[in-house]
Amino acid sequence: MVHGMPLPRTETLATTTGPGDQPGESAISMRNVVKRYGEVAAVDGLDLDVPVGVCLGLLGPNGAGKSTTMRMLTAQSIADTGRINVLGYDVPRASKQARAAMGVVPQEDNLDTELTARQNLAVFARLYRVPARRRRAAVEQALALAQLNDRADTVTEKLSGGMRRRLLIARALVHRPRLVLLDEPTVGLDPQVRQELWSLIAGLGADGVTVLMSTHYIEEAERLAQDVAIMSRGRVIARDTPARLIDAHAGRTAAEYYGPPPKLAEIAARAEAAGFTTRRTGPSVSVLRAENMPAELDDRLGIGVRRAATLEDVFVALTGERVE
Amino acid sequence: MSTTDDAGANTTGANTTGGTGETRRLRRIEPAALAGVITHDITLFRRYWPSTSFSAVVEPTIYLLAFGWGFGSLVSVVAGYRYVEFLGTGVVASAVLFASAFASMFQTFVRRTYQKLYGAVLAAPVDVPEIVLGEALWIAAKAGVYGCAPLLVAIAFGLDPTPGMLVIPFVGFLTGLGFGLFGIWTSALVPSIDSFSYIISGVLTPLFLVAGTFFPVSELPGWARALSWANPLYHCVELVRDAAFGFAPLADLGHLGALGVFAGIMWLLAVRSMRRRLID
Repeated sequence: MVHGMPLPRTETLATTTGPGDQPGESAISMRNVVKRYGEVAAVDGLDLDVPVGVCLGLLGPNGAGKSTTMRMLTAQSIADTGRINVLGYDVPRASKQARAAMGVVPQEDNLDTELTARQNLAVFARLYRVPARRRRAAVEQALALAQLNDRADTVTEKLSGGMRRRLLIARALVHRPRLVLLDEPTVGLDPQVRQELWSLIAGLGADGVTVLMSTHYIEEAERLAQDVAIMSRGRVIARDTPARLIDAHAGRTAAEYYGPPPKLAEIAARAEAAGFTTRRTGPSVSVLRAENMPAELDDRLGIGVRRAATLEDVFVALTGERVE
Repeated sequence: MSTTDDAGANTTGANTTGGTGETRRLRRIEPAALAGVITHDITLFRRYWPSTSFSAVVEPTIYLLAFGWGFGSLVSVVAGYRYVEFLGTGVVASAVLFASAFASMFQTFVRRTYQKLYGAVLAAPVDVPEIVLGEALWIAAKAGVYGCAPLLVAIAFGLDPTPGMLVIPFVGFLTGLGFGLFGIWTSALVPSIDSFSYIISGVLTPLFLVAGTFFPVSELPGWARALSWANPLYHCVELVRDAAFGFAPLADLGHLGALGVFAGIMWLLAVRSMRRRLID
């Protein structure tokens, strides 16, 4: 493992060693954070720690408060109550200092579409205070990272969706941040592009960069995150490694039954009557913790397919919400 | 000013949370942040300067020619000046207005809403006042330069160049700063881009017409003359004329002060309204 191995730091403002930079410390710490919009509490008593060097997946259905959480970390949304500390700086009071050492990949594409890929990166290299003598190299490195060298002088408007996403990520990395926030990094992209981005994000973790990634794609969290926090209604309701979360909340195996809807309803009713958690899984119904199923119930439910429990089972069991 | 404890709040003393000596402290308004915002503007300008310059130069020139020939043939002397002199200096203020308020309203609105560019900028170590000031400084600089276009055209038509005219770009800059900030402020007030019609027709056009550009304000009824004192463009017109034809120190300090107050008030309003829109 290369966690916590320092990057060959360059002398940007962002990469001078600062607080919250040592393995074992928290890069992000949120305590009892509340954010209300009118009557609605988007974030409602959130506690969250992201240790240095870890990729944490923030998993939750739409409206769970993931994006608000992300916005609060850059002080674009100000918490009503609670304490937020990012890389050792109090947010929002010293947020500017924290932002110098972090990169943000927003959910919505906010590149300047009238500029070329290279110009977008050059502008943000300045905004992120990359020193003048290093700026050109930083931009070229970011272009290489995004594999956009041959499209560097193409106006962003003309780039494909996948290229724009890569550019968006490269823009967040142009100053070699110690912390990267990714808000739904692959939402709305086709599977092939998603795979490309996953390797890019996995590379960050290997460099010792702390990553907080919100997603509602379970597979994304399973693949990239060492640690997963499941959010529901503005707070974290479970937090552990994917394996331990599965073990604790979904057991080892699930039994999947196929059949016409009335049959599935009957199976679900029987399993639930016996105290098992069930959920619809597309055309089938899954009974969780199938390893604990008594032989008699097993016979009555008919022939099911055993499969390993997944993070998705955990998610649904905990939040009661469907996922993609 | 907003007193909420938000991202724009004082960030000095950020190190008290235990930063090492190496971490440089970030001030509330950082020259590097302003430079970043202005770099973005310059990068875009290098792409769009022909069309921007075309309208900035041609529009006031048309006013100059149309009114100059049209009116100029009827009246040869206005307020003691030949009409070409009167108009050529007056239209400077219009050129400044076009290059500042109009550009600023639309550009700021598009960047904030459609492009969501300011969201990206605020994720970097840049705060709302730095975005506002960076954008306004660039707009003011453009207004200062483009403001001179009608003057050059008027010189070609017989206006005598004077050393005092060297001050005019700075007058254009200060006026452009105020109107640039006005544009930023109103861009954060309007619900949609169509609402700019109300501001253009209801505010800017009247200001533009009764600034003493085309006819002397002294021709207006007393109440309107008094109102013109509240019109920043009037002060710009007066300063430009005095720069061209001879300063009246006391009055000109008053005009300068009025433009400064205008820019100051617009700064407060622009920062507050942008903060409301960008930070929740």
